Order: sequence, then C-alpha cells, then structure tokens
Amino acid sequence: MDEKMVNLKINGLAVQARAGSTILEAARRVNIEIPTLCHLKGINEIGACRICVVEVKNAKSLVPACVYPVSEGMEVKTNTLKVQKSRRMTLELILSDHRKDCVNCVRSKNCELQNLSNDLGVDFLRFGKHEKEPMPESSTVHLIRDNSKCILCRRCIAMCGAVQGVSVLAPVERGFRTKVSTAFDKKLSDVPCVKCGQCIAVCPTGALTDKEYTQEVWEALEDPDKHVVIGTAPSARATLGECFGMPIGTNVEGKMVAALRRLGFDGVFDVDTAADLTIMEEGTELLERLEKGGPFPLITSCSPGWIGFAEYFYPEFLPNISSCKSPQQMFGAIMKTYYAKKKGIDPKDIFVVTVMPCTAKKYEITRSGQSAAGSGIPDVDVALTTREISRMITRAGIDFVNLPKEDFDPAFGEASGAAHIFGATGGVMEAALRTVAEILTGKPLERPEFHEVRGTKNIKEAEYDIAGKKIRVAVTSGLANARKLLDRIKNGEAEYHFVEIMGCPGGCVNGGGQPIQPGPVRGFTDLRSLRAKALYDEDRGMTLRKSHENETIKKLYEEFLEKPGSHKAHEILHTTYQPRSRY
Amino acid sequence: MAKTNGLCLGISEQEARLKDYIEKTGRDPSLLLSYLQEAQEIFGYLPEEVQVIISKETGIPLADIYGVVTFYSQFSLVPKGRNSISVCLGTACYVKGAGDILARIKELLNIEVGGVTEDGLFSLDATRCVGACGLAPVVLINKDVYPKMTVDAVEEVLKKYRNKEEPGE
Repeated sequence: MDEKMVNLKINGLAVQARAGSTILEAARRVNIEIPTLCHLKGINEIGACRICVVEVKNAKSLVPACVYPVSEGMEVKTNTLKVQKSRRMTLELILSDHRKDCVNCVRSKNCELQNLSNDLGVDFLRFGKHEKEPMPESSTVHLIRDNSKCILCRRCIAMCGAVQGVSVLAPVERGFRTKVSTAFDKKLSDVPCVKCGQCIAVCPTGALTDKEYTQEVWEALEDPDKHVVIGTAPSARATLGECFGMPIGTNVEGKMVAALRRLGFDGVFDVDTAADLTIMEEGTELLERLEKGGPFPLITSCSPGWIGFAEYFYPEFLPNISSCKSPQQMFGAIMKTYYAKKKGIDPKDIFVVTVMPCTAKKYEITRSGQSAAGSGIPDVDVALTTREISRMITRAGIDFVNLPKEDFDPAFGEASGAAHIFGATGGVMEAALRTVAEILTGKPLERPEFHEVRGTKNIKEAEYDIAGKKIRVAVTSGLANARKLLDRIKNGEAEYHFVEIMGCPGGCVNGGGQPIQPGPVRGFTDLRSLRAKALYDEDRGMTLRKSHENETIKKLYEEFLEKPGSHKAHEILHTTYQPRSRY
Repeated sequence: MAKTNGLCLGISEQEARLKDYIEKTGRDPSLLLSYLQEAQEIFGYLPEEVQVIISKETGIPLADIYGVVTFYSQFSLVPKGRNSISVCLGTACYVKGAGDILARIKELLNIEVGGVTEDGLFSLDATRCVGACGLAPVVLINKDVYPKMTVDAVEEVLKKYRNKEEPGE
C-alpha cells in the first residue's frame, strides 16, 4: 500500500492512521470506542447528531470524530469531562423531543438511543418531560413509521436514496419543524416505496418498525380446523441466531427447525426446496431463450423489492424479468395444490406461514396472480420477518440457544447446496449455472463453484464458455447498483444473457427483515460476508449441490408438474408484472 | 414577456416555458434552486404538478424537491394573490409597530399570514428584514415600497390596489 499514513495521539496512545481517515476510524485501531448515533459508515457520514464529539488540542471547539479527518501530530482526547458533559447534553436534548415509550417499544433493548443514554449516564432529564403523542403512519403492508420517535439522524433517508436509489424519504421543512417525510407528506403507500425495509434495518430507534403479523399466526396455530405449515427462507438460518445473542454468521438451521416445531406448526418445511424448483423453472427459461436468441438479458425474479423497483422505475425491463414466482410463492403454491392433494386437506384449511429476511415479501403475498389453488386462496397467508419469528420464539418461552438440532419434515425438506446459497448475492446465478451447464453439456461439472459471481463487489461480471456457447452474466445487489447496471444495459454499454438482481445490498442475508445490528457493528463488521459465509460453508459440506439432482423435486415433476416449463408448471409457478406510476 | 404574477393559468404554455428553461440549462440537478425560482416566476407558486415536471425533467426525486421547497420560505405551495403584500418584521420595523400594521392588514383582508383573499386579489406574508431599516416600518406590495407605514394608512393603500384593473406593477 502506498497510502500516506499520519501519526497522531489518542488519549495519549500513539496511533498510525491512513491520511484522510476519520478520528473515529483511527480510534478503533487502538480499541477506543467513540459513541455514535447518526453515523453509518459509508452511508450516512454527516456529523449531524454530535454524540461523537471529542477534544482536539488547539481546536476552537469540540469536533465530531465521525467526519473529522486525522492529521499529523494531532492530539485527541475522547473522554474528558467536557466531552462527557457535551454528549450528555446532546442526548438530553434529543430525548426531549423523543417519545420515550421504552416499556412498550419493540426496539427496547435493541435501541441505540436507549443504549447510549444508559452507557453515557443520562440518568436525569431536565427537558421535555411532557409526553409526545404517537403519530403512526401505517399505510403500507410492511412497516409503521412513527415520527414521534424519530431523532432526525437521516440514516433512513441515506439508505432509501444513496443505497437503494428509491428516494421516497427526505428531510422536509426546517428548524424545529424538520421531519422525515415523503413528497407532499403523502402516505408511504402513495409513493414509489419498494418495501425493501432497509430503512427499518438502519433506524436507531423505534421510529421505523415492522408491521407485525404474529397475532394471525398465533390464532391459526390455536385453530383446530387449520393445518398450519411454515417454510423458512435460505438466509433466515444464517441470521436468526443473532436475535438470541449468537455470533454473526452462525448457521442455526437445526435449532430453528426445533424451535418452529415447538411452536406447534403441523409441518416445518424448507423454502430452499422451492428454491431448487425455481432453478428448474428459471433455468428452463434461460435455456429456451438461449435457443430462441432472446430476449436478453433474462433477469431473476426472486426479490420482490427488485420487482417493485422495476415496476416503478424500469418498466422497460419487465419483459426481461423471469416469469417465475419467487421461491416463497412457489412454496406456498405447492403447499396449497400438490401437498393439499397428497394430504387430502382442502387448500382453504391450509395456513401457510413463511420466515423471510424481507419486508417486501409481505407485499408479495398480496400481489395478484399469487393464488395457484384458486382465487381467494393466497399461496402464502403470512410472511414473517426473521425478527418477527424470533419474537414468537421468545414469547413462547423457548430456550433457542440450547435447543437440539432437528431436521425439516421430509415431505418438503430436502434441498441442495445450490438452494442454500440463494440467500447471498450471486447465489441464484451460481445455482442456475450449475444446472444449466450440466443440461447443456450433458455431463457433470468438475467443480460446481462459480467464484466469479460470489462476494460483495457492487457489480460482478463473468463470461462462461458452456458447450461451445459463450454465456455472459452479471450480478448486482442494492437498487442503486441495479440502476447503474440497468442504465449500462439500456445505453448499449453492456450485454448479458443472464442477470441476477437482489433488492438489498449483499442479497437476502442483508435483507430489510433481518436482525437489526447497531450502527457501530454495521460499520465495522462485514455483515454481508459473515452471514453469506454460513450459507457457502453449508453448501460446500453437502453431497447434493445441484437443484436438478434433488429427489423431492424430481418426484414433484413426475407426479404433478410434468416437466419444467410445462403448461401446468406455468399455471402454478409463474406470474406477471405491470408498470406502475411513480407520481 | 407578460408577467403572470398571479394564479396558475394556461398550464401548457407555462409548462413549455419551464421545460424550455430546464432544457437550455442542461437539465442539471445542481441547478434545482434556480429551476424552482423560475417555476415560481412562471406559475406564481409550486404546486405538485409543477414539482413533478421538474422531477421528470431533471431526474431529481420528488421527495427531495419537496424537501427543498419546504425548506426555503421564498417558495410557496399555495397560489399567491394577484397583489403580494409583505410586511417586514425585522427588528427595526417591529419596534416601530410593524406588528400592529400586520394585524390591521389581517383584519381588513380577513386572512392569516401565508393566506390569500377569497377573490384572489391579495396574499399576505411576513418577511425578515428587507434592509430598509431607515424607512421603518416598511410594507412591500408587489414591487412598491411603502415607507414609514401607519396603521391608519393601511386601508387607503389597499384601496389603490382594489381599484386597479391590471394587477401589480
């Protein structure tokens, strides 16, 4: 590295830091933690909240460590009485305009504001003792926004704009009247929100929370006339442990299955099996297009955040998107058709619940064309986030960490390694390539790994020579990245046969419905890679690593769906999209 | 070019003018403030339809535009009256009785600050210092300056505008 380094002192300790880096980053190098609140590394670095102030020798006033660059010979003190007093005053002022509803707040114990107040010793409030009124906005299916708890850190705005390229949230008005709002203060359901939920995942307080659907599930579980089944998304097993204090990147598949069985579900299934089914259908679509010569690129359809984005912002690409339903919807569709028939249960009496890393899945289940068993019978009844299922497990008094490992129910529990990696960016592409390559060449792959499409690079590209055909692919995640890629394709600067787009940065492991990690953890831990590793490790240890070798899927086609891409498969497993107006 | 200082009329011709201006300046998102000023000049105010035009022409998200419009007091979301009254509430004007003058105008026109009379003839704003403290208290009507205003003179001044056939200037 030829980067210039500078020498400084922090609390008397000598530190070497890269020129241009911040005091906050330099302090980390010597294990000094400076508290932050609005800061989100690489996303929201605006020095707005002033919690991270430190003393710098010869500086006129305290400076915000999150944006203040280091310089040669600088002397920093991070914990003087002056600093402590300033931080406490700032917190008191923020709290004076915050609805302190901690007892009833879903973010209690996982609230950055609450934790800072405890950690920094704010034990007495002089201002704003009058309680604010709640102001919930709950127009969309996936979240509740309550500005009475908003501290104006602007993380959600940065997420929605810079990272997701959606920009439905903005700071509105000025001074004391400033609030986070939408254009013309419209309901979130009346603006082009794609329901990715990334705003919830970065909110430090309870201003943005899941709209919770656990009550419907509890009621179904107690209803003797309902056959209640649950299926879990590929990425939920890589993250659920975090809700119970386990290290980031722990694969808790077995414990998760045990917990769900203890909650009383009649069937505990793996949506990964449906992911293998998706590969059969989507792979067939790709093979058909390769034969017919287009239209290219074929774009994946698993991510409902991406689908919403395409419908609002890139309708010209709708014909490119695979008509395959997402694995969640394929799972529900199979439950209410094939599974219902085999079990001899009326589909109306089957209640399908899913565990998803995603808030847009709550919207997906309400879309039209998602009821394979007939109108009025949705493929999926309730889509829970990883966070919601963790709350159910806690409420039921299940000691998650000490549970034994159990296996999914065999009726729909077998899945390939290809399906497991769906949860990471590049996973769907790799899974599809494993199957398509073997079908095209007619012989088994020497190695099933496609390393070029793995990792957290914003846009990944590769070209593969398969049976004499050159297949160009691209993978991206995060919708601002998708925008860049789509614009390049639109302008003729790039051509691909197959493109994978996931709505959330890093794919489903970093989805908007995943466990919330506080800003400092997000900033200094590679969440996306750690969580993805849990899935890639599982894949590597398996013998079944290709979707088309999954016996459950083979049987499903033999007994019910005929063959991939059949008329029947289209009726049950495929869907349509329509352009939507942004204004 | 005729000033439209007033209500939103004949959208298509005004829309063409705004689009033309944005086109000529290169559809540059960093010029948002001047696009908004031009739009307010053309339409008299910045309703949703006008902000949508700017959003479509520049690619700036509508929420961001709305954020800027609500940040600056110079921009208005409601139509202005044909005659725009501004009462200076800067320190000098205020101590010389601008508050009473404002109250008298509100009483005579039966509107609040930021409002428009039902007949669309007057709108009323309170401004910060206009930089004419020597003339305090100051009232501006369109581009006319009324120095050393008194409560008693208000009615007479307003009458002048009521009687005018043509608005403003």
